[in-house]
Amino acid sequence: MSDAPVLSRFIRHRPAVGSVLVIALLGFGAVFAGGLRLPDPIRIEMADKFAPPLTKGHVLGADELGRDVLSRLLHAGRVSLTVGVAAMLVTVTFGALLGTLAGYWQGVVDTAPLRVTDAMLSFPPFFLLLALAAFVRPSLASMTLIIGATSWMDVTRMVRGQMLALREREFVQGARGLGASGGRIMVRHLLPNTVGIIAVAATLSVARAILLESYISFLGYGIQPPLASWGNMLNNAQSYFTSAPWVAIFPGITITLAVTSFNFLGDGLRDAFDPRHVMSPR
Amino acid sequence: MLVLVSLVGFSVLHLAPGGPAAIYAMTPTMSAEDLDRLTRELGLDRPVPEQYARWVGGVLTGNWGRSYRDGRLVREIIVDRVPATMVLMVSAFSVALGLGLFTGIVSAVRQYSLFDHLLTFGSMVALSIPTFWLGLMAIYVFAVLLGVLPPGNMGTIGADFSLTDRLRHLLLPAATLGVVMVATWSRYTRASILEVIQEDYIRTARAKGVAAGAVIVKHALKNALIPLITLAGLQLPLVFSGALVTETVFTWPGMGRLFVDSIGYRDYPVLMGLLMLTALLVVVGNLLTDFIYAAVDPRVRLA
Repeated sequence: MSDAPVLSRFIRHRPAVGSVLVIALLGFGAVFAGGLRLPDPIRIEMADKFAPPLTKGHVLGADELGRDVLSRLLHAGRVSLTVGVAAMLVTVTFGALLGTLAGYWQGVVDTAPLRVTDAMLSFPPFFLLLALAAFVRPSLASMTLIIGATSWMDVTRMVRGQMLALREREFVQGARGLGASGGRIMVRHLLPNTVGIIAVAATLSVARAILLESYISFLGYGIQPPLASWGNMLNNAQSYFTSAPWVAIFPGITITLAVTSFNFLGDGLRDAFDPRHVMSPR
Repeated sequence: MLVLVSLVGFSVLHLAPGGPAAIYAMTPTMSAEDLDRLTRELGLDRPVPEQYARWVGGVLTGNWGRSYRDGRLVREIIVDRVPATMVLMVSAFSVALGLGLFTGIVSAVRQYSLFDHLLTFGSMVALSIPTFWLGLMAIYVFAVLLGVLPPGNMGTIGADFSLTDRLRHLLLPAATLGVVMVATWSRYTRASILEVIQEDYIRTARAKGVAAGAVIVKHALKNALIPLITLAGLQLPLVFSGALVTETVFTWPGMGRLFVDSIGYRDYPVLMGLLMLTALLVVVGNLLTDFIYAAVDPRVRLA
């Protein structure tokens, strides 16, 4: 498969292209949040408490401690996007590794991880995640690891399925016939053929991780204030939103925007990598 | 399978630092000896494998243990909460099923129409909205701004039981929980029908002059529904997760809220009971879908 048709198929998926722009914008905002001459995201200014949008120099208003909502949103983007991407790396690395090993070596190596995968999949995902999150001291690193530790199962199954299909193909038998070792076949011949599904899984798991982070932080077991994350900005929102709805509305829109974009991106990648897949309408 | 599930659940709870004793330790009136005695009485000073063995022994004889919080039987506490969650899940599920199938079919039949584009876009957004935020917004619009629906609880506190009151309280949480499900069902129905429509027997039906509507309902839908049975089983864990969040936002007295509350109290027996019960329901649900699948589709044989 050459790169050109993949790229052109991807560009034809308009929502996916739009999503790239949105993600770029959110990423840009997160990276340059410090340089945009916005109010300090953690400075408390009681005089500005619940300032509505477009007043007192707060474009999107101020929260219950008079902190600037826009500035907090952009800085929170750093935290939420970092957790999203880092958790994705954990998920995909572990999931792909286990899936490859299980799919290539059958027998005990296959059955044991598969049973654990099935057991993990039997729990409602959020119950397990919340139980872990509540007992571990919350930090960026712990959030990333916890989300990664409870999300790898789907990747494992997908990669394993692909491996099972690939390992019987002629080029693998050819490599084996030429005396290539199991490790070499896996790394040089099988893994490159799973790049497509791994890329799709990676994108979708960023979306999932951002969503999960927001759920945990909303319940108060995630990233702790004063450090802002999109989820913990909504943590107190329920108590205030009768008087200051903007405190609740904007973080929610941002999360939805980010997650939708990553989901569309994954959709576009799937269409691009797998031409047989029914093309979703553009 | 369930043994493995229980092992995973138990290890997650017990290997995490800061057990129930840590909560008691924060109570200023608690002396060191009391703490010691309590830890010993609850069996928390024993090695984790031994605690696990005791717990399994209890469960096998129908004893799920007692809550650390108020000493009530775990089984009773949980059974109290099951109906509320079931009402919420079943109502959300049935509405979502109907709506999702309908929109999915229309979307597939009118592929690439404006309706199809809007629906595909809308369902992706619906899949991406954080459920708790959707709930908050629903409360804001319908309870705060319009004041037409109650913001939470299962019924008006102190009022006598009345069906309309219950339904009014059910509407917002069920709708919130249902949104994600409608989106999923609609997407899968659309994909499934589009696939079936290309089959030869559909062309045959059309060629022999069956009306367009009848082709879809009688010939396409029947076959398209088969893979969707599996979806119902696969969705169950996600629906539980959604219910947890929805119950928290709407102060709905179900299992999800019990879980969140119990986490705050480090109430291991209750948490463990809930984890096992939900996992059990998921396993049973999957088994059930397999059976239905085999019953509906004669090509599938049970191994």
